[in-house]
Amino acid sequence: MSRRNFTDHALVQLTLMRMREFIREPEALFWSMIFPLALAAGLGIAFRNRPPEVLKIAAVTPRLAEALRQEKLLDVTQLPPELAEQFVRTGKVALVAEPAADGSVSYRYDDTNPEGRQARMLADQAIQRASGRQDPVAGSDRIMREPGSRYIDFLIPGLIGMGIMGNSIWGLGFSIVDARRKKLMKRIVATPMPRPYYLLSFLLWRMILLPVEVGVPLGFGVWVFGVPLRGSFAGLAGACVLASLAFSAGGLLLASRVRTIEAASGLMNMTMVPMWILSGVFFSSQRFPDLVQPVIKALPLTAVIDALRANMLQGAGLAQMAQQAAVLVAWLVVCFGLALRLFRWR
Amino acid sequence: MPDLQAALRVRNLRKTYKDVVAVDGIDLEILSGECFGLLGPNGAGKTTTIEICEGLTEADSGEVEVLGLRWSSDASALRQKLGIQLQETQLAEKLTVFETLRLFRSFFRQGPGAEEAMGMVQLEEKRDARVGALSGGQKQRLALACALVGDPDLLFLDEPTTGLDPQARRQLWELIEEFKAAGRTILLTTHYMDEAERLCDRVAIMDHGKIIAHGTPRELIASIGVEHVVEFAAGNAAVDLAGVRGMAGVRDVRNENGSILLQVTELHKAVPGLLDELGRQGIPLTELRTHSATLEDVFVHLTGRHLRDE
Repeated sequence: MSRRNFTDHALVQLTLMRMREFIREPEALFWSMIFPLALAAGLGIAFRNRPPEVLKIAAVTPRLAEALRQEKLLDVTQLPPELAEQFVRTGKVALVAEPAADGSVSYRYDDTNPEGRQARMLADQAIQRASGRQDPVAGSDRIMREPGSRYIDFLIPGLIGMGIMGNSIWGLGFSIVDARRKKLMKRIVATPMPRPYYLLSFLLWRMILLPVEVGVPLGFGVWVFGVPLRGSFAGLAGACVLASLAFSAGGLLLASRVRTIEAASGLMNMTMVPMWILSGVFFSSQRFPDLVQPVIKALPLTAVIDALRANMLQGAGLAQMAQQAAVLVAWLVVCFGLALRLFRWR
Repeated sequence: MPDLQAALRVRNLRKTYKDVVAVDGIDLEILSGECFGLLGPNGAGKTTTIEICEGLTEADSGEVEVLGLRWSSDASALRQKLGIQLQETQLAEKLTVFETLRLFRSFFRQGPGAEEAMGMVQLEEKRDARVGALSGGQKQRLALACALVGDPDLLFLDEPTTGLDPQARRQLWELIEEFKAAGRTILLTTHYMDEAERLCDRVAIMDHGKIIAHGTPRELIASIGVEHVVEFAAGNAAVDLAGVRGMAGVRDVRNENGSILLQVTELHKAVPGLLDELGRQGIPLTELRTHSATLEDVFVHLTGRHLRDE
């Protein structure tokens, strides 16, 4: 007659094993928590919004230099012709403006260089205006620099989605293959433990870890870069939970039969690398040809990233995330069903 | 004396892997309260047999009845009653001894607690040590404790001391002897004849998927009709084996790796006889050893090979 309490339950003990194996593995902690943060910080800084770039150009006469200095985006130096020629050839200036014999202005620049072309446009505009040109149509500018439309705003949901995918697939895949390789799985299956508990303990552990693995990059983005959270918390949480379950089922399927870590790594990389590229983590997946768009939309990583961006950046409601939710549920059902049929318990 | 009911009954068991016949029609009966040994070289089919009995491998044909139950109909009830130690299981390295035992204990309805199981295998002082930091013998004792947390009616031990140093082996033997004394039923496999002789009430010798002999160790040794083995070497000198073979009480003579092995019935007659014979042949003796016949000699007698053939 033993008194049993909550922590004596097999499911609790199995989940505790997952937790202990994770937190006692410093490398796992690094790759799943610290690395994405470092990545977000690095990319956030690299792609921070810089003031518009000022182009360096040269002019060979004081009059031309005077006229060109009216344009704020040009940094004009007055140089003797030979030196100006040398500067433009070595790229120290983007363009040289010099007077031609007939009173016109000639521009010397490399037209394959975007800076050269831009300098040509700005310089010519400044010269024309200085000579009295009136623009027939007036234009006004609305500058887009507010939170929600910057690169970091685009990036954070991508990194969250990528993190959920990586942690779920690696986490489950490696643990399962490792337990199988060490015959620990076979040993556990030789006890009266109900087999679903074994798989369920992985999902439980994923759910416990999810708030941390989402919260860390999200909190970082909001706190450091002011990334907006315009949608509902329910939508955000729902998308993350669904994604975590779908990718866990994927990890289970990938690990359902393999016996070696090498084979498992291969399978996981083969699955994840295309999604890193196609699903728009770092740049919009819209850039791929229309032909492959339906395929890209059907990928689980695209679904979760699209849902997160819609929620966070556009404040989309649950109804607008229905399509992505459906994609994730489909992956969850198919992968889990297949994994249960294929799973090798020894 | 425990009642002599069969704890395990196996009839005409067969198992084939692709083109290898692992188990080739064996019968076994293990009585309640005895320690039964499956002895044989690596690849004899011992592990396949024990794993079929453990319900981990399915037989191609044959019958297995464990504690009066069958795997096909009573699997979950059976799992509660069995204690299993597999060959080469690596327990989770990051868990401590205590955590591992609590985990395994949580799978069973009843049995000793983790603390108690730790005491049974003398691992109390390693309570909070990580499994990865244990020695081979300590790991094996932990594996044994994991098999005991369900208070099993039948204990399966697959090669419990393989790969251990002599001291760790002896320690494990003492533990198994304690379980025997407590009246537990044990089926163990081994390829160490000294282990089988010391621990097992009865032994079945397996080779190439078949049981080639069974009985108590004493019966088996007696069955080959030799009580002693005399082994000698004579340097490079050529010994006339016919003369040696003709001596009184010599049952068999074999030449093995430069040594000559005689199976004899009476040591006190065979040794002087051998010395006389070698003296007569003028052959210098470089080595002389004798030992009482063991299960190893039984195996050699039956198969012409050693248990641990390299």
